[in-house]
Amino acid sequence: MNTLQTLVDAVALGSLFALVAMGIALVFGVMRLVNFAHGELLTAGAYALFLTNDLPLAVSIVVLFATVIAFALAMETSVRPLRSASPAAMLVTTFAISFLLQSIFLVVFGSQGDNVGILPELNQAVDIGGLRVRWVTLTSIGVGALLLGGTALLLNRTTIGLEMRAAAYDFRTARILGVRANRVIRFAFVVAGVLAAVATLMLVVQRPLVTPTFGFQFVIPALVGVVVGGLDRLTSATLGGFAIGFATAILGDVLPSDARVFLPSVVFALVIVVLLVRPSGLFTRARAVVERV
Amino acid sequence: MRRRQELAELGGPVALLVLVAVLGSLASRSLQVEFRTALVSATIVIALYVFIGNSGVLSFGHISFVAVGAFAAGLVSVPEALKLSVSPELFPLIAGAEVGNAASLLIAAAVGGVYAFLVGVPLMRLSGLAAGIATFAVLEITHNVLRNWPRIGPGAKTLSLVPETSGFLQLTVGAVAVAGIAYAYQRSRPGRLLRAAREDPAAAQGSGVNIHRQRLVAFTLSGALAGFGGGLLVHFLGSITTEQVYLDLTFITLAMLIIGGVSSLWGAVVGALLVSGLNSLLAEAELGIGGVDLPTGTRLVTLGAVMALVLLFRPAGITGGRPPGALLERLPGQLRSALSGRSGGR
Repeated sequence: MNTLQTLVDAVALGSLFALVAMGIALVFGVMRLVNFAHGELLTAGAYALFLTNDLPLAVSIVVLFATVIAFALAMETSVRPLRSASPAAMLVTTFAISFLLQSIFLVVFGSQGDNVGILPELNQAVDIGGLRVRWVTLTSIGVGALLLGGTALLLNRTTIGLEMRAAAYDFRTARILGVRANRVIRFAFVVAGVLAAVATLMLVVQRPLVTPTFGFQFVIPALVGVVVGGLDRLTSATLGGFAIGFATAILGDVLPSDARVFLPSVVFALVIVVLLVRPSGLFTRARAVVERV
Repeated sequence: MRRRQELAELGGPVALLVLVAVLGSLASRSLQVEFRTALVSATIVIALYVFIGNSGVLSFGHISFVAVGAFAAGLVSVPEALKLSVSPELFPLIAGAEVGNAASLLIAAAVGGVYAFLVGVPLMRLSGLAAGIATFAVLEITHNVLRNWPRIGPGAKTLSLVPETSGFLQLTVGAVAVAGIAYAYQRSRPGRLLRAAREDPAAAQGSGVNIHRQRLVAFTLSGALAGFGGGLLVHFLGSITTEQVYLDLTFITLAMLIIGGVSSLWGAVVGALLVSGLNSLLAEAELGIGGVDLPTGTRLVTLGAVMALVLLFRPAGITGGRPPGALLERLPGQLRSALSGRSGGR
């Protein structure tokens, strides 16, 4: 029974990471940009929820989505000059944007942390055949599956989705064939923002204390998962995000209690091993060549 | 002309470091701390440059080597009784060791170098994003283990009462020595082979360059220099915690390197000193100087904004990776001839 309990929790954590991972991978797909500042979308959303604590739930949620999408669009506009920069310069620039936003949050809200009191009823547990599962766990899994499926449909069944996939496959050719670059990139950021907003909501219910590094702490492991899974394809990146959440939850349960403080070390050691064995990603189809030599 | 340019490649950075040291020792006591911080930062950034600049591979893990260097140098400098009162479970070898200042710095360099070598053997096969994430994983592991394993250090507690021997003399000699080593390396055969591999991996490998080995050489050297920088740091601060050698330092040193320009020693030094200078200026302004009194937190926001803007609009850094002499050549013709006329009519 205990094993099943762990599995359910692991799947729930994995789904949250998968939402974030998919957002990162969508943006990477269309502009080859690994967005370190993705976490600040979550932080911005969480603070939006904090500021609307006293307003009705529906208003809070609308403000949450509006804030996160606005931040995502602002980010897209500010990284435009980077489109032709080297991957390393891009990476460090988004790192700088992340640092900038974190320090703005720090100045505005302080480092003590603020409590968000949204949907506390989701923390109540429900009894399913002897398992004590919190509602938020079930919701995370449900919403995660729904959104990932929805995004897959969007990519496969709509024109803009098709354009995004074309751009991800070969950006220059897609442009020549009439795909409008700005529109596709903006759209990718918006979808990433929507996914991030949903992840924020699920996360805030479980960790109601919002600090300036709220999103950063959550997104870094997801980002690692994305690279481990394989950034080249959306599915592999999303699976990578899921895997790192899943593995962290399982390992946290399996490790003896006195070794639990070393959980990050174990997870990151696994990451290194996977990267060494499959540098292009765990879930990519072919074992791609590391260097084109 | 060519000879002069080569000299400027080392002379420029060294002159700048010495200038900062001289200015610093003339400054008021409270300002001296800022100048010494700048020199330590420059040392660490040059260490980063040795690997990142020459190989073109991004590393988020170098602060691990600074961390092990800092704790190694700190632990061997503090008396045994004191160490055991902070962390009674220390390995006897570490608890019993007590050496002088110079030896502790060499130990820091050795520990950093050996650790970098061990990490580098498997990791140097990676490049691009995979290398970035793997080195980041090294940073996380190092931080996690240092923080939670009381047998090798003070864990989450502060290691304090380290002798504060890093005055201007020690910091300047240290920074200049590290710059000299970085220069000697980039001019040596291994350094040139690695730079060739950075420019065109396929052609370099085709001409018989063993990229893995050359990267490992640079990574190890760079790790040793970073460990040495950690030693200087701990002797400057007098006390240290694992949080001081973790994400913030990683970000700020990388930003310094990239703002200055990754691909030259000059860029590394200029970036480190400029960003430190800006940082100090803003910190002073927050306390209120010369009628300016900025609200607390402005420093972080401004620093973040400046970094983001430089990176967005000058991704090759403010020096563009050029040596110091290039600045002279880009001046308008008249001004240039006037300048060179004054410097001996050549």
